[in-house]
Amino acid sequence: MALNYQYIQTKLTEKFGDAVGNFEESYGMLCFESPKEQNLKVLQYLYDEPSLGFQFLTDLCAVNYPDNKGRELAVVYHLHNLQENIRIRFKVFTAIENTDMYTATKLYSSADWMERETFDFYGINFVGHPNLKRILNVDEMDYFPLRKEYPLEDQTRIDKDDQMFGRN
Amino acid sequence: MSDHNITLQDQSIEQQTTTLNVGPTHPATHGVFQNIMELDGERVVSTDQTVGYIHRAFEKLAERRPLYQITPITDRLNYCSSPINNMGWHLTCEKLLGVETPKRVDYLRVIIMELSRISDHLICNSIVGVDTGAYTGFLYVMQYRELIYEIYEEVCGSRLTTNIGRIGGFERNFTNTAFTKLEKFLAEYPKVLKEFENLFSRNRIFMERTIGGGAISAERALNYGFTGPNLRAAGVDYDVRIHSPYSSYEDFEFDIPVGKTGDNYDRFLVRNQEMWQSLRIIEQAYQKIQEFKGTDAEIFHANIPEYYLPKKEDVYTKMEALIWHFKIIMGEVDMPKGEVYKAVEGGNGELGFYLISDGGRTPFRLHFRRPCFIYYQAYPELIKGGMLSDAVVTMSSLNLIAGELDA
Repeated sequence: MALNYQYIQTKLTEKFGDAVGNFEESYGMLCFESPKEQNLKVLQYLYDEPSLGFQFLTDLCAVNYPDNKGRELAVVYHLHNLQENIRIRFKVFTAIENTDMYTATKLYSSADWMERETFDFYGINFVGHPNLKRILNVDEMDYFPLRKEYPLEDQTRIDKDDQMFGRN
Repeated sequence: MSDHNITLQDQSIEQQTTTLNVGPTHPATHGVFQNIMELDGERVVSTDQTVGYIHRAFEKLAERRPLYQITPITDRLNYCSSPINNMGWHLTCEKLLGVETPKRVDYLRVIIMELSRISDHLICNSIVGVDTGAYTGFLYVMQYRELIYEIYEEVCGSRLTTNIGRIGGFERNFTNTAFTKLEKFLAEYPKVLKEFENLFSRNRIFMERTIGGGAISAERALNYGFTGPNLRAAGVDYDVRIHSPYSSYEDFEFDIPVGKTGDNYDRFLVRNQEMWQSLRIIEQAYQKIQEFKGTDAEIFHANIPEYYLPKKEDVYTKMEALIWHFKIIMGEVDMPKGEVYKAVEGGNGELGFYLISDGGRTPFRLHFRRPCFIYYQAYPELIKGGMLSDAVVTMSSLNLIAGELDA
């Protein structure tokens, strides 16, 4: 039986009802979301259910939408069923004030560093992660640099007195 | 175990492990990697990895750059096979913009991508040789990597950080010199690769050093998100070129070599086999390109004036061309809204680009799925209980590239 997006959507709606929603297919990939309390349950179901079998975590990252009140941060999982060769994208939104959500490290060993990276850059607090600390940035950093509130340095700024780097 | 166990006192010297700091700039790590290892004699008990020494915040930088200015950033991910990164990025843009590329462009791209796969595997395998004590292979094959770099140079003007191609194709058509160089490479390289294999594959010392070291089961490898040759060495035939073909890979006949044990030796063999397959693909692609005659043989880019720079002579003489040139260079062309994920088979695994556009001129968010960032987490598990010198071989046989890992 070939697995298709229609079937995945039906299965998920059967299991979770309204908790999973916003199904859409953009550029040939099924995309849907769930509340952050449910993220691990949905991932577990996608992993365990034999007819779905999304057992390969391709990618995990976060996105910051500063204008979405109460839904400022999104964690995006790209999952892949290697046998049926079908990919899906699963999003979980969270408010920027409280970024707790469950870790997927128990399901996927690969999630370990990807969650650390997401924590490092966006400050998502993965509850239950064995070693949630910064990975690419220095430990002393006290902000989350990929959030939109931290713009890149203006390259035309003139207030820096830095002869060594050709600015004056 | 013998019956005469000696009970050791707490904190006695025999019970203590040694802490050894390997890296970040150790000659045996081939890149900026730090490992703080706990050693029991020469056996590795555990290791604590530190990464991020050459982190350059590419994802943040990309949020303020128009599409073409991101291509040089991708060069600096896996710098052993830059053209694959460049083309992966261009394919991502094309997917977002809905650009269809002509067949000839696809085949030209395939040639360049397979050449860079060969150069990537060549470096990795010969470095495994260096770490097991055989320097000859490394020095010998460097000459042939040079031939590949000369082809890049002929096509795009640079060698290591290539910035090759454009959205929709190439910046110029391949010259006759480029094809002559390709023919030279195709004629000379198989003999060299055979010799390289003869040096290692059945070499007693090499086999004893690599068989069984750094092994991983297929199940663990999948759970750790392994892709590329490392996953195939563990016995899973997942290859992006087959599973989600891009750039007309479906037109070519080639095999996916797989290993069995996922150890250093299998990884070496899989990479060697892949080089033979890449040669097969290049030969087929070159044949297909020669079938294009007349004006068809002049096609080297798709027809997308909004994103492809106009001809230089038009820019100097026509106002419209000049305007478009400026708009593209200054990044004043709006992108369509959308989210795309595009993956290509990089030198060391599935290289993915997750691009979110909010309709502006720069990406709203760009995330690189860097294969070696994901599989390097398995390193402590791979080397646990093995010798320190095997840990060094395992590290090089995983094909870790610090530039890609740290992004």
